[in-house]
Amino acid sequence: MNVVAEPRAIDAPQGSFGAGFAWAFARDLMLARRHPGETVLVVSFYALVASLFPLGVGAEPQLLARIGPGIIWVCALLAAFLSLPSLFATDFADGMLEQMALSPQPMPSWIAGKIAAHWMASGLPLTVLSPLLGLQYGLDGATLGTLAMALALGTPILSLLGAACSALTLGARGGGMLLALLALPLFVPVLIFGAGAAEAAASGLSAAPHLSLLGAGLILAAMAVPFAIAAAIRIALD
Amino acid sequence: MAAAPRLEGRGLACSRGMATLFRDVSFVLDAGEWLAIRGANGSGKTTLLRCVAGLTHVDAGSIARSGDFLYAGHLPAINDDLDAGENLRALLALRGIEPAADAVAGALDRVGLAKRRMLPARRLSAGQRRRIGLARLALDPAPIWILDEPLTALDADGEALFSGLLGAHVRGGGLALVATHHDLAPAPTRELRMPAPERLSRGGA
Repeated sequence: MNVVAEPRAIDAPQGSFGAGFAWAFARDLMLARRHPGETVLVVSFYALVASLFPLGVGAEPQLLARIGPGIIWVCALLAAFLSLPSLFATDFADGMLEQMALSPQPMPSWIAGKIAAHWMASGLPLTVLSPLLGLQYGLDGATLGTLAMALALGTPILSLLGAACSALTLGARGGGMLLALLALPLFVPVLIFGAGAAEAAASGLSAAPHLSLLGAGLILAAMAVPFAIAAAIRIALD
Repeated sequence: MAAAPRLEGRGLACSRGMATLFRDVSFVLDAGEWLAIRGANGSGKTTLLRCVAGLTHVDAGSIARSGDFLYAGHLPAINDDLDAGENLRALLALRGIEPAADAVAGALDRVGLAKRRMLPARRLSAGQRRRIGLARLALDPAPIWILDEPLTALDADGEALFSGLLGAHVRGGGLALVATHHDLAPAPTRELRMPAPERLSRGGA
């Protein structure tokens, strides 16, 4: 018999999705502002690695324009991965995660808020910076635009999927390595469609199918992932 | 205040792997009462509190909470990069409580953190972090408290502060479930002594 009745009294504070989301979003953005090192690290890693390739493979415009979108995507993917391990781990370690789980706010609400804040501090700067990095590869205007568009749709998916893996590795020893093994394969479809969009634009085709698929992926991930993470966190706290 | 708070656990059992931490633990708490949970290290006090709060699943038995509850585990839920006031406000806002600005300052003053309000929590001592938790107890209106070793790292003055808060809470019609090794000033209404953990052979008993 595992019956646990939990009647909440009428005077208990009622949580709402909006309140939970706003709470976590504001708190994590404040923490990111207080501690800008992480965002700076992500952005400089991205810019540095993306700048190393033209130096390494030589200044051949055709080759650079051909490999540019793919390289920028891989760099964005690895950079987005850098800040993932601490997404839930800090709150888990200091006990905040159990307070959040016990709060009247629905779990997916603050989870979604945390992921949105994570994207603001990692995916958004990566997206904004991408046209600048694309110039090094001699990409034309249309390709640069499509690349930024694809990143704008794709990096939130990276944040969502990465957060799910981050929640799954909570409490595991050597979680960082495990996180890489879990998350990077999941990023593959995003990479394929994201880089595909920019490549299609570069060869004069329509990028719309790729972007639509990314958009559909984003909607799907945004709907499902916060619930999956809630389950993972419950297991980690049990 | 709507209905009187009440907390009841009946026939609770929890095991971790092969070890049964406790079984057949029952208690009832009504408004104005507080229960002290005693027991040796490793006897399952923390697990019992986590079960009551709903963080850990019980293997058997049922828990009935009527009334909003506040759980404070042995992790203080204090973020190193936020100062005392921000930490306190975040903990309260999470539970949907918006205190007035001077209420937060007043509570921190009361627990002796007035001068250290602007310091990031990483520069506070363990006892000072605990005191942020005391300020939280003072500001959160939840009628049910579930507290795990609330006196860890607190000095004599902090202990007195906690006793005062607990006394006021119980007199005000609240109830509290507290795991502690200390003898506190408002004597517990009841005591629950956790039995020493027993090891079960494979196959159970």
